[in-house]
Amino acid sequence: MKNTIAERIFDFLKDFPPFDVLNTAQLLEISTNIKVKYLEKGTVVFNQNEQPHFHFYIVKDGAIGLFRSMDDDEIFVDICDEGDIFGLRPLIQNDHYLMSAKATEESILYAIPVEILKEIIEVNDKVHKYIIASFSSNIKTPYANTKALFGNIDTLDSNNINLTDFQTAQYSKNPVTCSKNTSIQEAAQIMSAKRVGSILIIEEKNSIGIITDKDLRLKVATGIIPISEKVSTIMSSPVITVSKNITTAEAQIAMLKHKITHLCITKDGTPHSELIGIMSEHDIVVLQGNNPSGLIKELKRAKDITAVKYIREKTSNLLKSYMRQNIPIAFVAKIISEITDTITLKVIEFSLNEMETEPPVKFGWLALGSQGRKEQLLITDQDNALIFENVAAEDYNVTKNYFLKLAQKINNKLHLVGYENCPADMMASNPKWCLCLDEWKQQFDSWITQPSEKAIMMCTIFFDFNLVYGDKKLVNKLAKSIFKSIDSYEIFLNFLGKNALINPPPLGFFRQFLVEDNGENKDQFDLKARALMPLIDAARLLTLSHQLKNKNNTIERFEALILKEPQNKDLYFSCIDAFKILLRYRTNQGIKHNDSGRYIELNTLTKPEKLKLKGCFKPIKDIQELLNVRYNLSQML
Amino acid sequence: MFNLFKKKKYPEYWKTYVEKVENCKTYANLDNIRFVALDTETTGFDYDNDRMLCIGAVAIKGNRILVSDSFEVYIKQDVFNKETVKIHGIRRNGTEVKVSEEEAIIQFLAYLDAAVIVAHHTKFDVTMINRALERLNIGPLISKQLDTNYIYKKLSCPNDLKKIASLDELCERYSIKMHDRHTASGDALLTAQLFLKLLAKFKKNHGINLSNLIQTNYNLSR
Repeated sequence: MKNTIAERIFDFLKDFPPFDVLNTAQLLEISTNIKVKYLEKGTVVFNQNEQPHFHFYIVKDGAIGLFRSMDDDEIFVDICDEGDIFGLRPLIQNDHYLMSAKATEESILYAIPVEILKEIIEVNDKVHKYIIASFSSNIKTPYANTKALFGNIDTLDSNNINLTDFQTAQYSKNPVTCSKNTSIQEAAQIMSAKRVGSILIIEEKNSIGIITDKDLRLKVATGIIPISEKVSTIMSSPVITVSKNITTAEAQIAMLKHKITHLCITKDGTPHSELIGIMSEHDIVVLQGNNPSGLIKELKRAKDITAVKYIREKTSNLLKSYMRQNIPIAFVAKIISEITDTITLKVIEFSLNEMETEPPVKFGWLALGSQGRKEQLLITDQDNALIFENVAAEDYNVTKNYFLKLAQKINNKLHLVGYENCPADMMASNPKWCLCLDEWKQQFDSWITQPSEKAIMMCTIFFDFNLVYGDKKLVNKLAKSIFKSIDSYEIFLNFLGKNALINPPPLGFFRQFLVEDNGENKDQFDLKARALMPLIDAARLLTLSHQLKNKNNTIERFEALILKEPQNKDLYFSCIDAFKILLRYRTNQGIKHNDSGRYIELNTLTKPEKLKLKGCFKPIKDIQELLNVRYNLSQML
Repeated sequence: MFNLFKKKKYPEYWKTYVEKVENCKTYANLDNIRFVALDTETTGFDYDNDRMLCIGAVAIKGNRILVSDSFEVYIKQDVFNKETVKIHGIRRNGTEVKVSEEEAIIQFLAYLDAAVIVAHHTKFDVTMINRALERLNIGPLISKQLDTNYIYKKLSCPNDLKKIASLDELCERYSIKMHDRHTASGDALLTAQLFLKLLAKFKKNHGINLSNLIQTNYNLSR
């Protein structure tokens, strides 16, 4: 029997995960067995601790609020809007409801019998994964199953070192072709016009042979075969075909094995499937040139600033291809920071050469902020500082002027390379941030003992310093002094903690808006302030409190914290995962929009993307709660 | 007169229907009542000359629309009116599987069972069905009937009473998303949603039992 109503429900469901991955029969079965429920505003769907219903729910229209009551307080946990599923976990886990669900506006729900879904879960792995992930935002112990919460965990975990070998090889997608009846002359004309070194001879979409420059040189230009002959007389046949997913290493091996310079890419990799591209030896050479060790070698050989700038641009391409291939973000961050540091090093070298004299005393160049933490993936502005050895009072001015002049040169060159100047002038060329060791000690001491709002902000930037060039001893002395100051003025950590809580994570996404704890709506989401900074701040504070030295990177900090506080292992692991996802997210956004990736247009996000982001908010909320309790922050606020 | 009635030989399916309605005991508790929201597509508005093309219906029970308990039948067309094709989209030789009017009625009565009929402008749909029953020498329907139009009127302020509200207007008023207007099943679903909404409102204002609801039918004549 035709069932228009079920078809309509089918049409609605098919756009929302996990229903979007079901096959037609499965989805139609669900649609046919749905109950439509209408709720007035304020109507309760189920109560906390109630036994599970036989159905779970998907919001068709309106909005359903999820609440948890504790004692007499009702805490607003989440809100579900069109396409959101709720009330499923208790049904799967045979548990009572942990939350109450209430219509916060007039709503229509589709009630879906859980039995049907259970059957589908068993055969459909994608649905299973989605369901598990969807529990992440409202499950009692969200970390129990961390590995399954984040879909791309396998790419996060793997640690491939020989990356280029595993990169998918690039190839030209529009190969130049001709038929087998084309004359050699015509083929050569086509090749010249298209500026290519090879042409494929095809018959019914399959490539049957290839002519390269070499064939023309050896067989035609020598006079052996006249140019009026057909291409089939000189073509090399058959061609070697591979699939498009071939890695660089595999492609290279295939070429060596067959003593050829071109591979045909076909749909399924066999000679009988449709031709989709061609890969030449040259393509592989280009790709290999675009690898980190190649870039660093090239950097070291760079003779002037233009060459450095060129390599920096190549780095951006490298970043893009890494992101496209889902290479582990921690690894990408390491590589890009390494290159950025080498660029800075090279720039410092150039600048030192331009100075008329050698530096009067030892000094160090410090990268601050994200570069200091080695988390800078996209090109942002420069934050840096300079530290030099203590000198006698009478030599101070000369020394400082020398280093200011050097810093100015370095800052200018970095700007030329593509690092914008810091709008807040946090650069070594600023006399305030070009100081001798004792001055730096004092500076940090005053920030620590007089923690005004501004001082705390400075701390968050300057505490993440990393020596890029120069004397390690200077920096170690400074670090020692900082820890001493913190030790003697412990309340500083509470202030730092207070700062870390300034931006609470949002509760979730609601329509195009974020539901903030304070009820404020924004249509753009500040990924940096709302999601990345809270994690960075928390990691910094906690490592400082354990006096962990030389841990400047957020992921490394959490890893060190796991060793120090095994009881919070799960939370810190989930923070690392969230941080990786958010960093990847920001980088992708930045590449897409060619900006810092800081702000996200929420309406461009798909439901699974939102869900994934939402999953990251939970650890943020939890770590902020930990800070709140540990530093008694609720009393300070 | 009585004798005449007695002599008449009714088909089994009609007798079953009448029996079920007469013996139904669920009308006392609103949550137990099975409502059937229905809509018909017809070749036109003339009770004598036009015919039903399609009956679509969906059941409501315990404040839920039961999609699994829905009904849809397309009827072979003896009367064809090309003017209304553009409204309902049912062509004379369309792809839907069509049955005879009698077969459609047999299926429909079996589906309807003892349910209370809910429709928008119920009189039209029920009269159309009754005319079909007449042609089979049975009928008319004895099911209890509700009209979302009248329930709405009962709820709205007096100056709105004279106006007849269309399904479109009401859906807009109660922000029910409209797709599938003018397919029988689509309209039946809209009517079902409208009914649930009105029911919730009606409960607030009046406290509710079936006779309250049925009384709404006489609002206009009063």
